[in-house]
Amino acid sequence: MAGTEETRKPVLEMVQAEGTDEGCVTFVLHDEDHTLGNSLRYMVMKNPDVEFCGYSITHPSESKINFRIQTRGGLPAVEPFRKGLNDLTEVCQYVLDTFEARVKEFSDREAAMD
Amino acid sequence: MAAPMRNVDEIRNRVILGEFGVKNVHSTDFPGNYPEYDDTWNQKKFQKNFRIDIIQMDENSMEFDMVGIDAAIANAFRRILLAEVPTMAVEKVFIYNNTSIIQDEILAHRLGLIPIKADPRLFEYRNADDEEGTEIDTIQLQLKVKCTRNPRASKDSSDPSELYINHMVYSRDMKWVPIGNQADVFGEAGIAPVHGDILLAQLRPGQELDIVMHCVKGIGKDHAKFSPVATASYRLLPEITLLQPVKGEMAERLKRCFSPGVIELESIEGTPVAKVVNSRLDTCSREVLRHDDLKNLVKLGRVRDHFIFSVESTGILAPDILVSEAIKVLMAKCRKFLNELDSVEME
Repeated sequence: MAGTEETRKPVLEMVQAEGTDEGCVTFVLHDEDHTLGNSLRYMVMKNPDVEFCGYSITHPSESKINFRIQTRGGLPAVEPFRKGLNDLTEVCQYVLDTFEARVKEFSDREAAMD
Repeated sequence: MAAPMRNVDEIRNRVILGEFGVKNVHSTDFPGNYPEYDDTWNQKKFQKNFRIDIIQMDENSMEFDMVGIDAAIANAFRRILLAEVPTMAVEKVFIYNNTSIIQDEILAHRLGLIPIKADPRLFEYRNADDEEGTEIDTIQLQLKVKCTRNPRASKDSSDPSELYINHMVYSRDMKWVPIGNQADVFGEAGIAPVHGDILLAQLRPGQELDIVMHCVKGIGKDHAKFSPVATASYRLLPEITLLQPVKGEMAERLKRCFSPGVIELESIEGTPVAKVVNSRLDTCSREVLRHDDLKNLVKLGRVRDHFIFSVESTGILAPDILVSEAIKVLMAKCRKFLNELDSVEME
């Protein structure tokens, strides 16, 4: 595996401080900015198991964000991260379906009026 | 006038426009902040409260309302519309002959900014190390114009349109050169700039342009020429509440403090009484707060989860398609990290 695979740029890294449990993790998301950072932060904060969630852009010249999650009660931090991503995907899907239905309704109404 | 909102509801739902500042800007509805509210994410509750209303839509611009969503997600859609929905634009310009007075790089810059009417969903991104370009990732355009003197012009005319032939180079002179199977795929309609009347350069007799261009797929984050929107913006729905009945001359002055159509005067027992008719039209200039006798009679605010989006396309894709693509881009981002998480778990 090591020889044949070319080096890939990292997409997601997880940084955990020494001595802490799995509940406090900083995810480093590469090639991302406020677009995903803020919306994902909002979805993760809506989770009652999350004690702290925040993101920061380490330096404006580098396109990566540090996304930190701290959970209550020892729940592994990957859980709310995954749930946040799933919830955000569900929201987007519902927004897309609603939008397309309304656009179709609007254009049908316009066509009927002509 | 509706009954005044409970203070808590106001903090949760309204942004207050005060005389010297704006209050309650950030959303605070997270679990644990308000003891009597359950703010945990509930997809069913979201779906019940969420709605989209299309106000106006034509082939280049649309205005629609998104109600019941948070600013973080609405802003993500706006940012993606501006910077991450891909389009095709001129990237490589091969200048074989340019004897006009427009410098090569200026001309190349101008060519890059011209919107090209090609559906970016039918193309792929070019690989980083690929120099030539294949039919699936490149569109080739050619611009070949030579300016000559018009032999039939009268002796004493000074009008350049009469004296010279081809002295203005427009974007309609950019001709598509099909590569590979593009002629079958795009055949009839062909590929051309969205607008044919963009002036690129002016020539005089003896000057000519012989240029070949390669268009590739890119996103606005890389270069603004790839941005598919003229602009995409949103504003929050304004809300104007009259705290007391306003009559007579003060009502007239109150009406003039807001944009036309927001406040109407209805005649009750002979005196004009101000009534808020359509707060959506207001531009929130807060002019009323400059008048000492009027500023305590109204309460200005915005509804925090009601976004009035305005999307104007450059003509490459229809605005409703652009919004759909933007939502799909956000979903793709989430999916990318979910896949990454799954592959890390596997190891």
